[in-house]
Amino acid sequence: MNIDSITNGVVIDHITAGNAMRLYHLLGIDSFDCSVAIIKNASSKKLGKKDIIKIDGEIIPDIDIIGYVDPGATVNIIKDGKLISKRTIDMPEMLTNVIKCKNPRCITSVEQELDHVFKLTDRAKKVYRCLYCETKADL
Amino acid sequence: MRGLIDITDFSVEEIDSLIDVANDIIDNPKKYSEKCKGKKLATLFFEPSTRTRLSFEAAMYELGGNVIGFSEASSSSSTKGESVADTAKVISCYADIIAMRHPKEGSAYVAMKNATIPVINAGDGGHCHPTQTLADLLTIYREKGSFDNLTVGLCGDLKFGRTVHSLIGALSRYSGIKFVLISPEELKLPSYVKNDVLKKNNLPYIQTTSLEDVIGELDVLYMTRVQRERFFNEEDYLRLKDSYILDLKKLSLAKDNLSVMHPLPRVNEISVAVDNDPRACYFKQVLYGKYMRMALILKLLEEAEK
Repeated sequence: MNIDSITNGVVIDHITAGNAMRLYHLLGIDSFDCSVAIIKNASSKKLGKKDIIKIDGEIIPDIDIIGYVDPGATVNIIKDGKLISKRTIDMPEMLTNVIKCKNPRCITSVEQELDHVFKLTDRAKKVYRCLYCETKADL
Repeated sequence: MRGLIDITDFSVEEIDSLIDVANDIIDNPKKYSEKCKGKKLATLFFEPSTRTRLSFEAAMYELGGNVIGFSEASSSSSTKGESVADTAKVISCYADIIAMRHPKEGSAYVAMKNATIPVINAGDGGHCHPTQTLADLLTIYREKGSFDNLTVGLCGDLKFGRTVHSLIGALSRYSGIKFVLISPEELKLPSYVKNDVLKKNNLPYIQTTSLEDVIGELDVLYMTRVQRERFFNEEDYLRLKDSYILDLKKLSLAKDNLSVMHPLPRVNEISVAVDNDPRACYFKQVLYGKYMRMALILKLLEEAEK
């Protein structure tokens, strides 16, 4: 894989330095078959330092996960060597089955089939709370 | 289907309207005695709570309706592993409205999302107990005539007491309320309640460890139990426990029109001698709880029919 240019794939750019591996795991990139490059601490005019993930395959990553981990990151879709869309990702209002509620008294701790849903309750402070028991999620 | 899971599910106008209906029920009980004829309330109590369950049952009977249900998990299908979602779907086939208590937080929300009839949260673990708050609000309204410009003291376990958090949330929507938070250091109001409710709404509050120092300023005193198991060591518990017991000596420092409330059960935090003082409202609070539950059942059944 040439990490400078990909023909068909996705570039997640402007990731806060240090967040790439967390995104890598939450997005399940380890299960992808295609080539993936993780660039850590690349220089950035805007951020000083940033991480970048380049995925050489036509896979659309879960935008909500990116918005939860690193609002402000950009997702660039490349097709036939050309940038066809560039989007800055904002925090999603709801997160479903991305993180789990850690409250042992929450109904999700005993009823395994329930979705783990978190709701954004304070955008400025990046606070997500469990939809069921309102426990604050650890970012 | 709409239900009541958290007190903030209802707007101030809706709560005011429930209070109006409850007051009308108190004044004209016969007018409401057949309002729920032919309707069934299912009381699904996965953990015992005699008072709340009987209050719901009495409320439904006084509306002319019937009651089915169970009073502990061991007599329900949950012992066979049935989920709350399935129980809610099944009970929807038998009853017109559900009142549910369950030890797990968020269980009432799951029930509401799966039931085809209204669900009332009668307590989901340490999370919410909105009908207790409705009882508290009617008590304050009937004792004080309005919610505005009151100084409300909350005393005891402010850290774990869900009734306290819920009442602060409900009262914060009225104007001119001032809170006095009286608790040992170990049981202070959690910072998220202070930040999300009090500071966010610019509500004035003071925190103190001494009931005696502030009791004279209060219009309402809401007592809660300081439980031994909440303390890290026995020494602290023994040192502090008497500070949060309301007796006639402390009450003598209070205003003549103070209203003393308690969600009950009481253990020893209010001396029995206080019961005969006209300022003691906690048994009236139980009665008002039944009237608010009647008003709530009526509202939710009316909405369901629409």
